[in-house]
Amino acid sequence: MSKSRLSGVARLPHYRPDPAGTHPPLLSPDYASTQLRAPLKAPVDLPQRLTEVTGPVLGDGLVRPGDADLTRGYAEEPAGQRIIVSGRLLDSDGRTIPHNLVEIWQANAAGRYRHDRDNWPAPLDPNFDGMGRTLTDAEGRYSFTTVKPGAYPWRNHHNAWRPAHIHFSLFGRSFTQRLVTQMYFPDDPLFGQDPIFNSVPESARQRMIANLSLADTRPDWALAFRFDIVLRGSVATPLESEG
Amino acid sequence: MTGLGSTPSQTVGPFLSIGMTWEGGEYVVPDGAPDAFWIHGRLLDGAGDAVPDGVIETWQADRSGAFGHALTPLGSAVENVENVGGFGGFGRSLTGPDGQYGVHTVKPGRVDDGHGGFQAPHLDVSVLARGLLHRVITRIYFADEVEGNAADPVLSALPDDHARSTLIAQLDGHGGYALDIWLQGVAETVFFTV
Ligand SMILES: [Fe+3]
Repeated sequence: MSKSRLSGVARLPHYRPDPAGTHPPLLSPDYASTQLRAPLKAPVDLPQRLTEVTGPVLGDGLVRPGDADLTRGYAEEPAGQRIIVSGRLLDSDGRTIPHNLVEIWQANAAGRYRHDRDNWPAPLDPNFDGMGRTLTDAEGRYSFTTVKPGAYPWRNHHNAWRPAHIHFSLFGRSFTQRLVTQMYFPDDPLFGQDPIFNSVPESARQRMIANLSLADTRPDWALAFRFDIVLRGSVATPLESEG
Repeated sequence: MTGLGSTPSQTVGPFLSIGMTWEGGEYVVPDGAPDAFWIHGRLLDGAGDAVPDGVIETWQADRSGAFGHALTPLGSAVENVENVGGFGGFGRSLTGPDGQYGVHTVKPGRVDDGHGGFQAPHLDVSVLARGLLHRVITRIYFADEVEGNAADPVLSALPDDHARSTLIAQLDGHGGYALDIWLQGVAETVFFTV
């Protein structure tokens, strides 16, 4: 096969790096677990080729409609305050990312995860597993119905408590855009002592905090929070081999 | 262009298995697929201790070097990589109590390097774990691709054989490949920015 496999592709996207000050440094000593897990050597620049600018795309039929409602699927509704969390998946150029997988997981209203290694004395909820999945729609929108997670203690430092948060996992259109983050709630008084939240440069922290959205609130049913997620943007570049 | 600020990364935390368990996720190809094998190893920290709360995600071409993605040119449909869980060419393995991961797959073809040459067969890898505030990125190559590896532009750009060796999975004697991933320490794996 002498003909380039790329001959049918006029342009490949190139994903721009996020500006300095967007993401936390891997070594953030106040978050103790980074000390033995953060790589210490400088990373090597990997020029973006086909492996990097492609990425997994979820086919239809693997996410069921009910997966976006964490309050269903059990005999009763879970304890706690029912909320709607919705927003758009975008890139930093403002382009929406349709039909893309969004995965979330969270503690229950008492701050307890349904997990073997979470055994602090807060109650498990038999009606809540804390896992949600959905695909963004044609306009890049997603929506979950869930309950507001509780704060929980952890052993990072004396009397350490995580602010309430929901874990989010996103894929985007390419390997380069993969992102896992956490969504926080407005005005949480625990922000000041949380080294995970504060690992992010101050100017970018606000982007992890959802906004209360009265417009999305369903009267007599559920408060609503809006959380847009922004992945790296891209520019189309000519193939260097096109000359 | 006025850009939106990208959302910052955060750790997956210790309870990632709640949200990131994907049925059949470690099967890039199903059991019994021709020429399929396991790539496996341990995820280790700077003290040599296992990282039991991590996930290894792999992304690769099919046997012909094509990707299951819209950018793959017309006429090169992905024939050979069919993930049980539905992502063509994507694997996801949560690490076990001993830090062990494993992905059941086939060796990808050579991939066009965009300059008229080819890259050796490889997997792109994301590593996420408690204690990692954002994912780290590496690659897995294959020890029995001696000629291809010697000509590979990514391996060739690394400073020395020690660095290259952190990316090359060895034959495990059981038809598969083994590669430990060291987040830190003297054997620290080469990680990339993309
Ligand atoms: Fe958490």
